[in-house]
Amino acid sequence: MALRELASLEKYLGLKKPNKYSTQGDKKVPVLQNNNAPPLVGLVTIACHLVKEAKRPELLGDGAEGRAVVQQWLEYRVTKLDSHTEDTKSILKDLNLYMQDKVYLAGNQLTLADVLMYYGIHSVILDLAVQEKEQYVNVARWFDHIQHHPGVRHHLPPVVVLRNRLYTSRHH
Amino acid sequence: MELFVSEGNPHCLKVLAALKVTGVQCGVQFVNHEGKVVPFLPCPAVPTLFLPSGQHLFSSNTICRYLFELNGPESSDQCNQWLEWEATILQPALLRALHLAVLQGKGSEVPKVLQGPLNVLDQSLAKGSTAYLTGEAVSVADVVLWGALHPVLSVSSLALSDHKSVKAWSDRVAAVRGCQSAAQKVLQGKGLEAMKSYMQKQPAPQSRDTQPCNGSPAETDEGERAVSEEEMEAAALIWSKDLNACSHPAEKQHPVMPQEGNRNVLITSALPYVNNVPHLGNIIGCVLSADVFSRYGQLRGWNVLFVCGTDEYGTATENKAREEGLTPQQICDKYHAVHSSIYKWFQIDFDFFGRTTTEKQTEIAQDIFWRLHKNGFLVEDTVEQLRCENCQRFLADRFVEGTCPHCSYPEARGDQCDKCGRLINAVELREPQCKVCRQTPEIRSSKHLFLDLPKLETQLENWLERSTSSGDWTANAKQITRSWLRDGLKPRCITRDLQWGTPVPHPDFKEKVFYVWFDAPIGYLSITANYTNEWEKWWKNPHQVELYNFMAKDNVPFHSVVFPCSLLGAQDNYTLVSHLIATEYLNYEDTKFSKSRGVGVFGDMAKDTGIPSDVWRFYLLYVRPEGQDSAFSWADMALKNNSELLNNLGNFINRGGMFVTKFFGGCVPAMELQQEDKKLLAVVGWELQQYIQLMDKVKIRDALKHILNISRHGNQYIQVNEPWKKIKGGESERQRAGTVTGVSVNIACLLSVMLLPYMPAVSQTIRDQLNAPQTCINTMLQGPGTFVCALRAGHRIGTVSPLFQKLEADQIEALKKRFGGQQITASTQPAAVPAPPVVAEVKVVDGSDPEKAKQLAEAVAEQGDKVRALKSQKAEKAVITAEVSKLLDLKKQLALAEGKSPEPAPQKGKKK
Repeated sequence: MALRELASLEKYLGLKKPNKYSTQGDKKVPVLQNNNAPPLVGLVTIACHLVKEAKRPELLGDGAEGRAVVQQWLEYRVTKLDSHTEDTKSILKDLNLYMQDKVYLAGNQLTLADVLMYYGIHSVILDLAVQEKEQYVNVARWFDHIQHHPGVRHHLPPVVVLRNRLYTSRHH
Repeated sequence: MELFVSEGNPHCLKVLAALKVTGVQCGVQFVNHEGKVVPFLPCPAVPTLFLPSGQHLFSSNTICRYLFELNGPESSDQCNQWLEWEATILQPALLRALHLAVLQGKGSEVPKVLQGPLNVLDQSLAKGSTAYLTGEAVSVADVVLWGALHPVLSVSSLALSDHKSVKAWSDRVAAVRGCQSAAQKVLQGKGLEAMKSYMQKQPAPQSRDTQPCNGSPAETDEGERAVSEEEMEAAALIWSKDLNACSHPAEKQHPVMPQEGNRNVLITSALPYVNNVPHLGNIIGCVLSADVFSRYGQLRGWNVLFVCGTDEYGTATENKAREEGLTPQQICDKYHAVHSSIYKWFQIDFDFFGRTTTEKQTEIAQDIFWRLHKNGFLVEDTVEQLRCENCQRFLADRFVEGTCPHCSYPEARGDQCDKCGRLINAVELREPQCKVCRQTPEIRSSKHLFLDLPKLETQLENWLERSTSSGDWTANAKQITRSWLRDGLKPRCITRDLQWGTPVPHPDFKEKVFYVWFDAPIGYLSITANYTNEWEKWWKNPHQVELYNFMAKDNVPFHSVVFPCSLLGAQDNYTLVSHLIATEYLNYEDTKFSKSRGVGVFGDMAKDTGIPSDVWRFYLLYVRPEGQDSAFSWADMALKNNSELLNNLGNFINRGGMFVTKFFGGCVPAMELQQEDKKLLAVVGWELQQYIQLMDKVKIRDALKHILNISRHGNQYIQVNEPWKKIKGGESERQRAGTVTGVSVNIACLLSVMLLPYMPAVSQTIRDQLNAPQTCINTMLQGPGTFVCALRAGHRIGTVSPLFQKLEADQIEALKKRFGGQQITASTQPAAVPAPPVVAEVKVVDGSDPEKAKQLAEAVAEQGDKVRALKSQKAEKAVITAEVSKLLDLKKQLALAEGKSPEPAPQKGKKK
């Protein structure tokens, strides 16, 4: 799964030569085989490395503070979201509260945090009932926004997030 | 910039060390573990760094990295890699280790847990030639890893000193200025003990990656749970045990009385109000949930009494009687029968279903009243009320209309103005009118009695403290109760100027009756008294009896505050509630159930749908609003019936039975357990344990998922072993087919027992088909769960036939149309539906939406490919069916977006 994410990320970043990857351990941690340097291990580490390689530093946030916020959500993605011990409902609840006044996870533009969170949360959103999507409306709004960002979606099917029919009664 | 930390929190160690090592200037505040720091996280997240920009950093590694980057270069890939490893690999192991050492006193198991990560670190340090992890200077990676490991490495008794390179490195980092003092601040020199209170607040780590049981894991893919050798052997041992021959299936002997030495469980379900036909929300909230728990309790061998009845007194009944030209008593008789028959159809197995209009009710209510009076908990006060001379009665709020004193709206109701929404006291209305005869009522003052709740508050709080901490109160019940107490209690009027009620026995208050909230909960006692004369053995026996109250959340305050106050004040050793189980609300499709608008399914209509009662029960329990509101949806009901009941559960049970019939002449074949079979037994045993743990805590919806997991495992097992092929093979292959078949029918037998509380009829049908001994019922759910081989080799089974039927799409569409009502009426939209946020993406769609249609067309194409791929790979039938139904749903949405109409178009004429 992580490998598909990385392949999609490479495409999004416009990297021409695909890198070679393998995985490590039961958790299938991705490993990037580097020709002239030691291999890199871990989804976030590799993703950040790819971003630097593509010379897109803005995807990692502006300044020390901006970078910290991006890193924080990347860490959240691989610790909370991927842990399977955390209750997905409480993750959605937290994110929903956080996203209340935000368009992107960090700062005012798309960052790597949005992209990886989107990849990671896709299966969760896919399984939500319509009513639940409505309950986590801020997450749903953000999700829909990211999945329509040019070039991000790649390996994942689009999810119909907001069924407008739900609201018909209020618009008349 | 401000840093929030707490003592005894291992994550704070790194952060404080990083602060010292980098020398960044920053205020530090110590808070306790519950302190709420980050506004968007409900649970406290310490350490937290409050940035000058107003943002919060709540992850310790990110804080450390930020502190290092403030005065230095960006951290290298290598540093990042160590930080990620620390967060994803080391931390889960450390959490487990600390849990073992600090809370369970199993320090000896720590080395095993930490061995893997420590080896990785040790080898990496040994291979590198530098003093620190990423070079000759201390980096953020060193500080973070050292901070994480220091608490365990510094305890010699944990025997972690085998890793020599780690030890040397750790000593070097510890010598860096600031590290030791940070450790001192967090651990206070107390070592691991210092972390006790922090660890107690952490959720227990799961030893393996298990799927959390939330939402609908049924739809997420199953993570393989690793099963240890010991678990397999233990499961195989239990499997070989005998059925509980001695204890007979507990046929209830009425009247059920508390027994010495047994767990005596008294279950009540909120009394439904007699003049309404209950809707599905009422049924799942009260009677059905209580019924499941009562049946489960019996399987567990508890001594259970389950009572309920109709609540019959009050204005609404009087009014209904007037409408239908009957006496209130006739109305009650009529509707009591309606209720009874609905619950009977839903197979609600009350031990007694009574009513509140009985002599016992008068007797007991008056007794409690006199006790409260004698003990000085009743106070008198005068209330101004409107009285209609023409109708010869005081008017309840809902029987008055007039002009709103605030906005002059002419049709304001006695309690609230529909136009300005303000609450109104009926006597403030200008030009009030009696709604029945349109005469002008006059204001009369009338004397009433009040229950002095403030005087009982301390007693109540003491009792609540005990009951909520020792019993299983749902979170919403605790929260609602707390908010009532926080707002302060006020005296509550217990008398009304009505005729239809329990008469107040006090001579100064003749002609009055008890207010229904005072009266109704006493119904639990009087209904029990109508069941047995020795009712006091249940209701005045708090030491032997545990009382469970089931209700929807709107009823909580009356059961947790008001009624307990009545009983506490009466001072007669009453049994108060030990476990208060409140559900949230069940919505209908995307709106609320509403009788007046004809929206939703009501109890009496459910049986006309042709869908069996057991399937109704299953679906309602599957969407039980446990922890959050949920919704009934026809499409979802069909989906769950077809995917879960038909393709998963029913399919598995049917397959096992069919194999026995077809391949083994109807007799269970001999079983030679191999590793794979034992593994399955262990997995099934684990699911059974989870089921029991959840059910004991009345998590009915969550427990159901584990039943479905078992049949999912079973289907996989059959799929992998292909007994239908092996039966045609050689001797050993045929034997393998026999084992797989035998194990499968035995799992089916276990499933029938686990299903009993949910689907009693189906459960019995399964046992009939398998010809299973009734003793299996009270064997399997004993202790933590005992999955024994109930159908031994040679056992002859009965006739096997399919358990469930498919619900077809057109059938469901027809039902949806039939019960849809006129829900597109904007003005009466309930407040419970959250207001739609105004965001750009939400467009008003009436009919077609080309852009969305394009998207959906893409989605349909993709989903179509997926289904074809699955079919060509010969994937599991259940999987394919689930994907196909997703495809159908997408197609439906597409049709909608294209302006075609797969379902009744919104009724445009009704719009405002």
